[in-house]
Amino acid sequence: MSEPREPVPILAPGHTFGSVTDQISAVVLTRRTPRFWWVGFGIGFMLMSMLLVAVTHLFLNGTGIWGVNVPVGWGFAIICFVWWVGIGHAGTLISAILLLLNQEWRTSINRFAEAMTLFAVACAGLYPILHLGRPWLAYWLFPYPNTMALWPQFRSPLIWDVFAISTYASVSALFWFVGLIPDLATLRDRSESRVGRVVYGLLAMGWRGSARHWQRYETAYLLLAALAAPLVVSVHTVVSFDFAVGIVPGWHATIFPPYFVAGAIFSGFAMVVTLAVPLRALYGLEDFVTLRHLENMARVMLATGLVVAYGYMNETFMAWYSASPYEQFMIVNRMGGPYAPAYWTLILCNVLIPQLLWFRRVRTTVPLLFVISLVVNVGMWLERYVIVVTSLHRDFLPSSWGMYSGTIWDWATFIGSIGLFASLLFLFIRFLPMISIFEMRTLVPEAEVREEEAT
Amino acid sequence: MSRPWIYGLLAEFTNPTDLVAAVHAARAAGYRDMDAYTPYPVEEVAEALHAHDRRLPLIVLVGGILGGVGGYLLQYWTSVVDYPLNVGGRPFHSWPAFIPITFETTVLVAAISAVLGMLALNGLPMPYHPLFNAPRFALATRDRFFLCIEATDPLFDDDGTRRFLQRLEPRSVSEVEQ
Repeated sequence: MSEPREPVPILAPGHTFGSVTDQISAVVLTRRTPRFWWVGFGIGFMLMSMLLVAVTHLFLNGTGIWGVNVPVGWGFAIICFVWWVGIGHAGTLISAILLLLNQEWRTSINRFAEAMTLFAVACAGLYPILHLGRPWLAYWLFPYPNTMALWPQFRSPLIWDVFAISTYASVSALFWFVGLIPDLATLRDRSESRVGRVVYGLLAMGWRGSARHWQRYETAYLLLAALAAPLVVSVHTVVSFDFAVGIVPGWHATIFPPYFVAGAIFSGFAMVVTLAVPLRALYGLEDFVTLRHLENMARVMLATGLVVAYGYMNETFMAWYSASPYEQFMIVNRMGGPYAPAYWTLILCNVLIPQLLWFRRVRTTVPLLFVISLVVNVGMWLERYVIVVTSLHRDFLPSSWGMYSGTIWDWATFIGSIGLFASLLFLFIRFLPMISIFEMRTLVPEAEVREEEAT
Repeated sequence: MSRPWIYGLLAEFTNPTDLVAAVHAARAAGYRDMDAYTPYPVEEVAEALHAHDRRLPLIVLVGGILGGVGGYLLQYWTSVVDYPLNVGGRPFHSWPAFIPITFETTVLVAAISAVLGMLALNGLPMPYHPLFNAPRFALATRDRFFLCIEATDPLFDDDGTRRFLQRLEPRSVSEVEQ
């Protein structure tokens, strides 16, 4: 028997408009940069430098420095691309879909989840370009009138991907920036340095909180949310088409779009938890990101994790039901072939360990939740590794079978992209409010207009 | 009597309820050229001001239609007219394959219209505004609620309007210079 639950508030009691504003903006406006920031940014920056070295080596010598070769022509580049794009789904999901569903608890996590989305999509966007072979011709992917009189092949999912990812990156950036405008005005008005006033002032574009402006602003924000919600779903659907439209065993499946979208949300929420837990502790933001937020995110992880588990089950079932020897061999090879350890680790990480989230005690034990979120991040990377590699390395004719493993340059590029992500995130935390200040003000008890006294 | 260098009179309130009451009172007194300033969106204030701008959804709709039609026509024209490419004898006008990109361009242009439309209707960016001259106005982005009755209002009168605002029991009333 568990005791009846106390509702944990989404904003700790005792806050006023002023205290919310001061506490969140102080993180940005304080002159002293905390030591953990320098440590975190320093590590991120060093890893990012490794990415620069790896990319320079790639530009000088070509994709031969990677492990990709016939028959596995898609390796780390696409694995990491899908992994990063997936992580990038939580931000817009939290800010758009939860906004439309009137989930007030999203307020304190949406800003940094959106920032996380942008930076994850930036990391993801690198990989297809790096994998082009001649990355300086990346603009050929876009339709523009050219002297070669050529146009892109619009029936190819790879071109759909170009449009889906660039639209997603643009719309996420717009959504994020629109959400920032009123907070930039707050920083402009509270900054004590001239540089701060000028820079935040330029970015705030003269926002002054007029009621007429707020009315149009709210309309625009809702419309953007309504546009972004189907966009989130479409992006990973299109990414899954990169696989599902091909006829390779293990890829050619109709379950791919929903299963990819669920996996994206699963990994995205895992990454939000991974980032939220240390940030709220280091910056003392437990009043704003409460246990209730962490518990709700754990619930979303549990639910989407179950959808992903259904996807794995469905793949296995369809391999048997298809009666195709190639599909059947693919699943047997995936479960018992040379890559079996990767497969079973991913099942452990994505299906078995997240079942702990059924228990409330686990969902509210912050360190344990943090560890589970890391496990899910690893599991989702392995999932993409298994999908890409096990399908390609033994497809049809045994004479064309082969093995794949990443080289040191694959790993340097991947770990370096984590450094790029971390560097951008630390810069964001230092220079922009990581929690939406104006939306937090609406959660303060006095924010409600008392109708009987107002008329 | 009204002096030409005055933009308006600014009354400061400490909570949204008082501001809504003040806007109602000012409307009842016949003032029309006024605006309220709040640190977060307060629906009741916009209602009290009769601020209902319904143009933005239309702008977004037009943007979305232009984006969708433009995206589809781009694919049709390049794949059927300008550069027909025979892939396994499939039709040049293979419309199902054109849907994903049509969807993306629809969302992209609609979203850009939403943001640019909102900024344009709000008259932003506007780096200078007379209200920024009022020393206490910086609190409008922190924890204070302001009502500004502008000098362009036919009923505006330095002393009369000031007395009117003072009767609403604001925390302060100040002049805003142009």
